[in-house]
Parts: sequence; structure tokens; C-alpha cells
Amino acid sequence: MSAASPTSAAQRPALRVALVGNPNCGKTALFNRLTGSRQKVANYAGVTVERKEGHFVSPAGRQVRVLDLPGAYSLHAASLDEAITRDVCLGQRPGEPRPDLLVSVVDATNLRLHLRFVLELRRLGLPMVLVLNMSDAAERRGIHIDRDKLAAALGMPVVETIAVRRDGAASLLAALDAALPDAPPATDAPPSDLDVHHEVKRLLEAAVTMPARTAAIDDRLDRIVLHPVFGLAILAVLLFLMFQAVFSWAAPVMDGIEAAVHWFGELVGSHLPEGMLRSLLVDGLIAGLGSVIVFLPQILILFLFILTLEESGYLPRAAFLLDRLMMGAGLSGRSFIPLLSSFACAIPGIMATRTIQDPRDRITTILVAPLMTCSARLPVYALLIGAFIPARTVAGLFNLQGLVLFALYVAGIVSALVVAYVLKYFRRDRTDHPLLMELPSYRIPNPRDIAIGLWERARIFLSRVGKVILTLTVLLWFLATFPSPPDGATAPAIDYSFAGIIGRALEHVFAPVGFNWQICIALVPGLAAREVAVGALATVYALSGSDDAVASQLAPMIASQWSLATALALLAWYVFAPQCISTMAVIRRETNSWKVMAASTLYLFALGYLAAFATYRIALMFS
Amino acid sequence: MRLSELPRRTAAVIVSVDDTSSSDPVARRLRELGFVPGEAVQVIALGPFGMDPLVAQVGFTRFALRRSEAARITVEAVSASVSSITPAAQPDAPAAKRTAA
Repeated sequence: MSAASPTSAAQRPALRVALVGNPNCGKTALFNRLTGSRQKVANYAGVTVERKEGHFVSPAGRQVRVLDLPGAYSLHAASLDEAITRDVCLGQRPGEPRPDLLVSVVDATNLRLHLRFVLELRRLGLPMVLVLNMSDAAERRGIHIDRDKLAAALGMPVVETIAVRRDGAASLLAALDAALPDAPPATDAPPSDLDVHHEVKRLLEAAVTMPARTAAIDDRLDRIVLHPVFGLAILAVLLFLMFQAVFSWAAPVMDGIEAAVHWFGELVGSHLPEGMLRSLLVDGLIAGLGSVIVFLPQILILFLFILTLEESGYLPRAAFLLDRLMMGAGLSGRSFIPLLSSFACAIPGIMATRTIQDPRDRITTILVAPLMTCSARLPVYALLIGAFIPARTVAGLFNLQGLVLFALYVAGIVSALVVAYVLKYFRRDRTDHPLLMELPSYRIPNPRDIAIGLWERARIFLSRVGKVILTLTVLLWFLATFPSPPDGATAPAIDYSFAGIIGRALEHVFAPVGFNWQICIALVPGLAAREVAVGALATVYALSGSDDAVASQLAPMIASQWSLATALALLAWYVFAPQCISTMAVIRRETNSWKVMAASTLYLFALGYLAAFATYRIALMFS
Repeated sequence: MRLSELPRRTAAVIVSVDDTSSSDPVARRLRELGFVPGEAVQVIALGPFGMDPLVAQVGFTRFALRRSEAARITVEAVSASVSSITPAAQPDAPAAKRTAA
């Protein structure tokens, strides 16, 4: 088995490798280590399972393409993810050729669990290499593995890796350069679970020395983290810290971005003559772009927390603590992370529901995720609260404005629980919702992997949301500018435009809830992308008001023109605000169903209208 | 007794994993995860609300299970409450078959 010479290695066709293993074996870290940024993330055709493929060049110069298959405990698939892994390994996935080599990744500190899958994969008859990942952790714990004995017993090469270390995959790379190992010897009929279990035990006895106590740190941490009182307290503190960070750390950065966008707009505007093009560029494109980028700090900070907690092994414990509560409401413990993510933006939140295995829980989570107060609602809340809620202190301690904001958050969460409960109540399929969730060992999160994860999410947010919002901003600009008012017009310019016509028409629909036509106009793009609503309002009032600089001061303007009841109704509407088009598009993608997308939009619209109606009428009664 | 009834931090050995229906995917998955006769098991933690779900340690791996899932597993306590997390040294389960693969 000699390594091929460099020239012939480079000329050979690319080696197709698949990484397989249990969840929590560090497969993804290994994948990142091998491919760095040379990875492409998409979906397997026709399903919402992530397909991660990357490529690299082996030390001998050979092209290698590696597929990171979803983690699976067994080829008897219990979820869509596992079914994909099974299908690709069997060569039954249309469009995915069978891999040339299976790289079976195991957690060296947990061989008793992980070797089972290795034995199952061995029966596939594909060339295999066994990778003992996290070998540094195994060594630290005093676990000694005799690689040669294991390789002889399994009939395949065995290498050790430390995926989080810079050159930690060197031994694997060397093994890839060697000639393809023979497929492991075929065995007879599939053994029973007990037989497999005994085989694993036999292997462990022959090749592995484990000291008596290996999970001391895990146990000590879990005594507190899983404690009914302290565990929940820790979770509450973590959540509080997270939100503090998202709102206070992000604020200066967001201000900076807003200032930069404004400055850039002025710069561009100063170089162009007054007219359509300038208006389109400055008020349309640049403002639209700015309104997307400004949310990036919050999203990145939130995901920094979430990814760190996930890498550390804490998140399944949080899911465990909350599971019963969420089950009562018709969700699952695993819904926690997607819903948490939705506080920044529902789009990554809804994408995160892929980890929820039960399809009913997944759909429920997707349907209620938009009710979590996303960052895009905040400008609207801030504007309305600033304009209409007096800055008073209540009970000597609490800021009234802060209280109202908090109440809006709570309203979102409570309505989510109610909707989830209603869905559970009317559900016909009442069978068990399985949990069966592994609590992996605690690990120190690796900064590089977190950085790659953040980059991926930022990219998705910018490309998905950016495209939609840019288009919408330009569209609104167009609607608000054309047709221009005829000569001698007395009413504000916007009255004559398409936007004005649409607004007047919508006024009939929204008059019962107290929305005037300016709000109605702003709602149209606001329906499609919430963050555009404030900009739309500014446009409506600025374009329709005088050229006075005051026109840019939106708050006092609406404070003087709207009634308190209208403002409160608008706040209530926004708690439910039918979602932005980006979210709708993601829902359709993630569920492969127009029905779910339509159901989501309609129910949010209905709830929003009802809430606004009730609030308006009640507010009128009191005033 | 069932795993869902086992007191916390009491060392026990698994006797059997029972299907609730003819082809119970949960029971199969439990076996695949290492809940097999003869294996040491302990309940590490109980959920804060209604003691559901629970965290069971089998071998060196911890799993969060619903009570209904844990109820499929029949166990036998080895000794009185023990604080060690080491899987108890176990005799060869007498019913285990050592058939050639």
C-alpha cells in the first residue's frame, strides 16, 4: 500500500468520501477542518435536509470531495435526516452516487455507544476508515485504545484525529492518500441487537482500556445544570444575559451602521443631479440596503450565544429542562432553540426547526415562530412607544415605556403558547412524541467552528432577506412616486400615486380598527417586510408633507395626527403582523408546502386584525 | 420495576426492553442506543415539572427520555442508593446467547 506519486494522484478522478457517524461525534468539526471555507451548503433534492459538501486536496495532490452526512444512530432511520444518511450509504439516493470511501467518525471517549453504528456500516461492503475523533479528550481521561488491535478486529484502517486542532486531521489525510482499503470482510445474516452489543463489548475488551471513572466533570456539572431549581435558574440567567447582550451590545453597532448608511446616501446623492435616479438610489436602494444590514449585529450576537451553547453541549440540557412545559403547550423541548432564534429573526429560527424530529412538533414550531418578537418589529415599537407612551415612572421603579415594550414581548410569547395549544387540541394524531435525546459530554467550544457557523448564518440572512427587501423598497419607491401629481395639484404628491390609490382602497378594510390611509399605505410594504414599515411611514409623511425639515421628524408628526387608540391598535396589529415575504418564502421552502405558508399568513392576519380591532374599540371606550 | 420508577442515583441493571406494539420504533431505537439486557443503568435527573422527562445513564452515555419511553425498560436495582456513576461490575447475564456472528 504505497502512496501514489504526486502527478498521477492529481490526475486521478476525485475521491468521493462520505463522513458518517453518530450525532455528537465531532463530525462537523472534522469536516470544517478538512474543507475550511471550501464547502457548499444546500439541500438534498426535494427535502429539507441540509447537504454539506466540501472539497480539498490531499497531501499527495489528489482531489477529494467529501460529503458530511447527517448524524445517525443507525441505518434503521428514525427521522428524515437518518433516512438520507441511510440512502446515500446504500447508493439509493437519486443523484448521489455511492461514496468511494466511508469515513466512519466516532467519539473516542464514547466507543461503547459509537462502535455499534460502525459495525452496522461495516456490513455495507464499502471500503471504510475508522476515525477516532476527540482523541485528546480520550487521552486526558485515561482511555487507552490499541489502534492496531482494533484495526485487525474490524478489518479496516483506524486513525486518530483531533478535529479542533490545526493539524489534527493529518493522520486521516495520510490514510486517504494510501490506496483504498479493501472492503471489510462480508458477514452473514444481520445479527440481533444483543449480538451487536456483545460484539462491541468484545472489541472494547480486546482493544480499549477505560479507567473506572471517566465522566466526572460531566457528572459534577450535570448535578447543577439538571437540578430542578438551580438548573432553571441558570437557564433564566443565561437567557437574560443573552437578551441583554443582543439589545445593549448591538445598539452602538446598529447606530454606527445607520450613520454609515446615511453618510453613504448623502455622498452618493451629492454627486447626482436632483431627479428620479437620485431619488431611486438614495431613498430606494441605499435606504433599503441599510435597513437590512442594520439587523446583522443583533442576529450575529444572538447566534454567537446559541452556537456557543450548542458547541458546549448545554443546549440539549436546556431542552430537557423545558420539555415538559413546552409539551404542555403543544411544542417540544427542541422547539426552544428555534423559538429563541426567532427573537432575532424568524428566518434562521424556522430553518433551525430541522432538528425537531417529530413532524407535528416541527410544523407547530414553524407556525408560532413568527409570533416571537423579532428585531424587525422593534423600530415600529420604538416609534409608537416613543410618540405615544409618556416617559413616566410607575410604582417609583419601572419605566412605563419599558413596561409597555416588555408587555408586547410577553404578548407575543403568550399568544404563541395559546396557538400551539390550540393546534395540539385539534390534532387528530395523538400518538407519542418521542424524545430519546442524547446529552453529550460537555466540551469547550471551538472558536473556528463557531466563526464558520456565524458566517454561514450571516450569509443566508443577507442573501435571502436582502434580495426581498431591496426589491420591495424599490417597488414602494416606485409606487409612491408614480404617477406624479398633475400641475396645479393641491393635495400632497403621494395622494396621486399608486400608493395613495392603494392606501385609500385599504382604508375601507382598516377603518374599523382605526388605521388612517397613511398607515394603510405604509402597511402594504410593511406586510411584506416589517422593517420597511417605518421607512414607508416616513416616506408617506415626508412626501406628503411640506419640504420642511420637520417632515423627517416622524414621531411628533404622528403624535399630533393620530389618536392614542389608533397607535395602540397599530401596536396590537404588529404583535401578530402577518409575516414578511422572506419568512413566508422560508416557510414554504422548509415545509415544501404552499398550504402551510398560506395557513400561516392567514391566521396571523386574522389574529392581527382581531387584536387591533379589540384594542381600538376598548381604547375608544376609555378615552 | 420500570426505569421510570427507578429512584434517582440507584444503580440498576437492565432486564429487558419491551415493545408496546408489534413493531415499536421507540423500543428498537432504545436497544440501538445501548439499552440492552445486562447493561448498567442509572437515573441521573428528573425533569423539573412532573418529573418528566428523566435523564438515564446507560454505560457512559446520558439520554433524556420521556417517562413513557423509559417505561418500556424493565430494570432490577443492584444495591441501595449509590452515588458512584461507575457502571456496576456485572456478571455475564445468564440468558445472553453467545452465538457465532
